[in-house]
Amino acid sequence: MRQKKTALVITFAATTDAMAMERYCASRGLPGRLIPVPREITAGCGLAWKAAPEEKEKWEAALAEAGLRWQEMRTLELWA
Amino acid sequence: MIYLDNAATTLRKPPEVMEAVVQAMTTMGNASRGAHPGALSASRGIYEARCKLARFFGCPRADHVAFTANSTEALNMAICGILSPGDHVITTDLEHNSVLRPLYRMEAERQVQLSFVPADARGQVDYQDFERLIRPETRAIVCTHASNLTGNRLDVGRIGEVARRRGLLLVVDASQTAGSLPLDMEAMGIHILCFTGHKGLMGPQGTGGLCVAEEVEIRPWKVGGSGVQSYRREQPAEYPTRLEAGTLNGHGIAGLSAALDFLERQGLGTVGRQERRLMNLFYQGVAPVEGVTVYGDFGDPERAAIVALNLWDVDSGTVSDRLSQKYGIATRPGAHCAPRMHRALGTQEQGAVRFSFSWFNTEAEVEQAVQAVRELAEDFRPQEAAGR
Repeated sequence: MRQKKTALVITFAATTDAMAMERYCASRGLPGRLIPVPREITAGCGLAWKAAPEEKEKWEAALAEAGLRWQEMRTLELWA
Repeated sequence: MIYLDNAATTLRKPPEVMEAVVQAMTTMGNASRGAHPGALSASRGIYEARCKLARFFGCPRADHVAFTANSTEALNMAICGILSPGDHVITTDLEHNSVLRPLYRMEAERQVQLSFVPADARGQVDYQDFERLIRPETRAIVCTHASNLTGNRLDVGRIGEVARRRGLLLVVDASQTAGSLPLDMEAMGIHILCFTGHKGLMGPQGTGGLCVAEEVEIRPWKVGGSGVQSYRREQPAEYPTRLEAGTLNGHGIAGLSAALDFLERQGLGTVGRQERRLMNLFYQGVAPVEGVTVYGDFGDPERAAIVALNLWDVDSGTVSDRLSQKYGIATRPGAHCAPRMHRALGTQEQGAVRFSFSWFNTEAEVEQAVQAVRELAEDFRPQEAAGR
């Protein structure tokens, strides 16, 4: 039976911001991947970065240091 | 065919441009529409192209590069998106209809007032006119980087200095220079740079865009699907989504991206110099020929690789057709969508035959073109000049 798992989800106002995020994470070897934005955050559409739930503060610091634009960062229960 | 109509579109492209388009057409989904591999492939490819263009044009932010179908669309978006009723705009006699018609439309529909920096019979402007024409209600200077008819370049850096000092927006039409002459938005003080992908950049037709400086607000010209913020009634405010309603030309943009790689490998300076070397070779060959009138200023080494000319008083369409039919040389005749420039040159009736050069032309092609002009000048020699 499928189970939900906790994940950190970072959303963006524009696709270019999501692309910049993906490129930055790839260059630094930071784990995660792009997913469709979960409805718990917005019922709209778009891309979000999904990562492990730990180290939220580290992500905030890394994004700030890299000058990346993001909208929201939340811990959610998502289907694995 | 000897293709010398590169100011209209470059017909010969680097092979990797075609390969990139084919590759994109077999792998790309719709950018910003989902997170499956096809959609992400498109989003990544388009983002990559934005980053390259931002570097190429000195645009401070990759997300301030918005894609359009061509520079005409970009100029419409820029001009219609920044002007309000009562604004005054300074532009020049060198402009193409892609600048003039949106401005005339703003004049008719939004009571925008226009002033023109005049060009003389060699297509040159007096830079003091830009400052002289400024009024309290002046909002922007909109000008080309180089005339599509004569190839004359405007010193955009100098105009940008005036705009910066007087608090005006500077919108530049780089249709004839992107890929051939250096452009640096920040260094030149350009607020909005409009470009097309299919000329000097050597990308596919249907690609182009505008680069927008930070803090510049452009009202969306078209609105619609964006892939983000679907429940908003208005177009999202963030660049580039603000200006990119609807599916982008991802396949074409992939080709443009490959073309930018090609230019970077060759070196922009190398490509531009080669184009101007061929132009100068042609100019030196035809300028002394009796019956040939060449338009424009060839004293500035930094110019678009264009030579516009006429033979005697012969219709430019007749000459261009003869060049095509007899010599297999492709040129553009007639009025070149630049009505004010033709009036300044006195060629509104005759038009002009435009020869324009690219990286892929050769010296041998130029020599054949010079020889063809020599022969046609003789063929069309009028009776009264025959005895000379």
